[in-house]
Amino acid sequence: MRPRSAIWLALGWVGFALLPWFAGGGTQPALEPPAPGPAGSALIDGLTNGRWWLLPIALPLLLALAVTALPRLRPRQPAALLAAGAFGLAWVAVQGFAIGLDGWAWGWLGSLFGPLPRGQGGYGIGAVLTVLSFLFLMTSGFAGLGFMKGDRFTAGAIGLVLAAIAAFVFLPVGYVLSGAGDTGDGGFSLVALAGRIAAPDIWRLSCLTEAKACGVVWNSVFLAVLTGIATTLLGLAFALVAVRTGFRAKKLLRLLTVLPIITPPFVISLAVILLFGRNGTVTLALSDWFGIPVSRWIYGLPGVLLTQTLAFTPISFLVMIGVVQGIGPSLEEAAQTLRASRWVTFRTVTWPLMRPGVANAFLISFIESLADFGNPLILGGNLEVLSTKIYFAVVGAQNDPGRAAALGIILLCLCLGAFWVQRQWLGKKSYATVGGKGDNGIPSELPRGIRIAAYATALPWAAFTFILYGLILFGGFTENWGRNNSLTLRHYLAAFDLSWGPGGLIWSGRAWGSLFTTIEVAALSAPLTAAVGLLTAYLLVRQQFKGRGAFEFLTMLSFAIPGTVIGISYILAFNQPPIELTGTVTILIICFVFRNMPVSIRAGVAAMSQIDRSLDECSLTLGAGSVQTIRRVILPLLRPAIVASLVYSFVRAITSISAVIFLVSPKYELATAYIVGRVEQGDFGLAIAYSSALIVLMSIVIALIQFAVGERRIGRRTATSATLQEKPV
Amino acid sequence: MKSTGNWIKSAGLGLGILAAGAVLAATAAPAKAQGTLTVLCGVQEEWCKAIAVAFEKKSGTAVAMSRKSAGEALAQIRAEAANPKTDVWWGGPGDPHLQAAEEGLTLAYESPQFKDLQPWAQSQYKQSQGRSIGIYAGALGFTYNTELLAKRKIQAPKCWADLLRPEFKEEIQIANPNASGTAYTALATLVQILGEDKAFDYLKKLNDNVNQYTKSGSAPAAAVARSETLVGVIFMHDGINQKINGFPVDVAAPCEGTGYEIGSVSIIKGSKNLDAAKAFYEFALSPEGQATGAETKQFQMPSNRKSATPPEAPNLEAIRLIDYNFQKYGTAEERKRLLSRWDAEIKSVAR
Repeated sequence: MRPRSAIWLALGWVGFALLPWFAGGGTQPALEPPAPGPAGSALIDGLTNGRWWLLPIALPLLLALAVTALPRLRPRQPAALLAAGAFGLAWVAVQGFAIGLDGWAWGWLGSLFGPLPRGQGGYGIGAVLTVLSFLFLMTSGFAGLGFMKGDRFTAGAIGLVLAAIAAFVFLPVGYVLSGAGDTGDGGFSLVALAGRIAAPDIWRLSCLTEAKACGVVWNSVFLAVLTGIATTLLGLAFALVAVRTGFRAKKLLRLLTVLPIITPPFVISLAVILLFGRNGTVTLALSDWFGIPVSRWIYGLPGVLLTQTLAFTPISFLVMIGVVQGIGPSLEEAAQTLRASRWVTFRTVTWPLMRPGVANAFLISFIESLADFGNPLILGGNLEVLSTKIYFAVVGAQNDPGRAAALGIILLCLCLGAFWVQRQWLGKKSYATVGGKGDNGIPSELPRGIRIAAYATALPWAAFTFILYGLILFGGFTENWGRNNSLTLRHYLAAFDLSWGPGGLIWSGRAWGSLFTTIEVAALSAPLTAAVGLLTAYLLVRQQFKGRGAFEFLTMLSFAIPGTVIGISYILAFNQPPIELTGTVTILIICFVFRNMPVSIRAGVAAMSQIDRSLDECSLTLGAGSVQTIRRVILPLLRPAIVASLVYSFVRAITSISAVIFLVSPKYELATAYIVGRVEQGDFGLAIAYSSALIVLMSIVIALIQFAVGERRIGRRTATSATLQEKPV
Repeated sequence: MKSTGNWIKSAGLGLGILAAGAVLAATAAPAKAQGTLTVLCGVQEEWCKAIAVAFEKKSGTAVAMSRKSAGEALAQIRAEAANPKTDVWWGGPGDPHLQAAEEGLTLAYESPQFKDLQPWAQSQYKQSQGRSIGIYAGALGFTYNTELLAKRKIQAPKCWADLLRPEFKEEIQIANPNASGTAYTALATLVQILGEDKAFDYLKKLNDNVNQYTKSGSAPAAAVARSETLVGVIFMHDGINQKINGFPVDVAAPCEGTGYEIGSVSIIKGSKNLDAAKAFYEFALSPEGQATGAETKQFQMPSNRKSATPPEAPNLEAIRLIDYNFQKYGTAEERKRLLSRWDAEIKSVAR
């Protein structure tokens, strides 16, 4: 008797027979709330309430029980578990989709079998547990049949990640994409789809030949390439300055590069407007001193490029620094021992080893730029990009979800194309530099030219960022920024006022409600994101299995889908049974986990491909299992990646707007959605005060994460411990 | 066997992750939703908050309110159609409310206060077959930056024709009618004043003076306030709001006449708190409920004749309102036709 199958089987029975199958207290008046305890379970409900379709779920559970309990059937156990799990999953899914709140959801079934006595609500705790049980029984069966080298952990983890992606990425996106071929009366036609995708205002190149606007695709791609190049170079420069030079104020440098990521994007846009807008401080100064005519250059491509570069450089820095830190100095020392000059060493050893970092940083910035919504919205002027066009196709006066879906498909293809190119460039070379042998080299100084270039790029940018942030923090204390700069606390009071009432402390400020929800959502989603992301990265880098490329592709998909499309698709998919989540805080958390997971995966993959496989093999040879190897060997070496993904997902949960603007509900309002409303209304004071408070809050949390996770200790000599042993960000 | 224990541990980890989500899913909102009225709000946030608090005090029903632009609200109500989570859609221009009514997303309801309402509010009711009703009106107009005008010694615009003056070259902002209901109202207004072909001639000339077609309808008001542009075409109460906020702006109503929006309220079909929703609907029509607007410095014209009109509100009687044909220009067909023509003749021209 194998305990693992037994435990999952037992949980499956518990979910089926003891826990309430449906969620919550009924979703419509006609549907009486399921009773708590065993009475609301699928078994009892199916027997007593006329929901007979729940009863067949017992069959696979009985089959699994039989092969587990009867020794005679033991040899057939894997195949039987596989069959039981697969059938159970399929049945739970099919009955869930086929039978909705009011009976048959698929009309043809109704005409076949006649009407049902009653409908059903969304899956509850019992259903979730049963589904998990079936999933793990199935993967266990797979492993037993010899797939994944028989490693049940790998099989289970892959199954879990795939199932989660199927439910929370494919299902919702499927809902939207099927809308791209919508004929208007609920039908689907390829002609409508092709017509929408090939529309001339998407693809025309008339800006090259005549004075007309170009197609929206070309605008987006052009912007994304420029942003990708700019952020990658800046991120690289910062990483080199931080790791490979004797620069003294590194701490400050790192702080500055992290600042933009902890800022809601539209706040940077506002600061940029107030500096470079037509009435901006810098614009007026230039016009007064040098007679440079006042113009509107900031509205359009230059402004969006500037703010996107400000916003995404830190992400690229976070990716690059892990890679630059991980490059084993002994390789460079070897090159120099062989009489290579610093420059030749950099070109032939250091740079090639940084390629995964460069490619990942560019990929992330490129896709982020394509999907960015806040900056083009505020600074875009007459520049049209895909993300804003999708948004206005949904909410605009011409309300055309089919068009939004078609644009979404194009955006998706662009991002996946970038991903494919990156794979081609990196090829199948090995980038492992952190090996079990330890590395005793001293990181070499950069060649002079590179060092000067890195300084010249990083330092002015840091200064610029510093000024911008000074302005933002200062702006929260001014009466009316840009017009009346006298100091006041009134914006902070409006947002974060506290008062004593008869019942004790009253959170009377206007921002408290959304702030508490935001913190709750971010704090719950960050560790989940990091866990799922790093687990996936481990599977991708360390496990060989069929379809690994496809698996990687699938996990990256959600990153390529613009937030606005995600938001709409989540409402469409999760507003009704079987998975009913709208209006809850859960939908926000799930949305963030699956949206931010790809960054966590990329950080994990970049860091993990540097750790030589011999370390895991060593651990496995010494008798440790997959889990112990992960915990004792890989995780400690992955600390920078863990920090990166925790920080990124926490911060993104606080600052992102496009994905959640449709998901926030009156009960669960998020900070960004609230702030955007203030900006819309021109109440910059409160918006900036609230944003400043968020910035401070996120800084504290990042420091705490840093403290809690600690740094990666790679056995290396150091030249002077003060300059080269820096904490990862 | 060692790997067995590991397998269980790791599986436990996986279970923990999903179970956490599942528990949340199972215990969250639906149960709590009972008894709380959920309202999508289409006006400025202060007003949303004020009317929610006032209604809670009066009725004892808790209100969860979220501010959404008209397009966002309509998109959300549409997406939730199969299983609505919202009870009332309060505020925002009448057009999308009519669209929701046309698509059967909202519920017909007859209010005893109907007879007290202004004729324009009643006409919204009739056109939507009782599914929506007017709560306030806001006229379309201009807003301009008085400081910049004085500095450049330019006369403030008073008529639609003034906007074509050469001194306003690249100084006017108006929203893109494909994105904003405000700008669509402006487009339909011009078509009704000038006739369709002449209106498009006008818009082509205006195109030289427009520096940006913004995405949000009220964005030009904010841009004028920050001196980013001289003149904006907006709903006048948005401009007045900036003036109250301390910016050097003023508003004017076009001398040739102007269109207007009928801010509306609708009850969502399938609301699970129908009684509370009806109570809120009545409250929104009552003088008491409508007074919350002026209390929060919102200066639309209230629809109930017994309501006091705030002194700052643009006096609709002094403004030459055209007889705006909501019936014709509210239909999806006419809208699509005009917007396509705008896209082809104005938007694709050099920019």
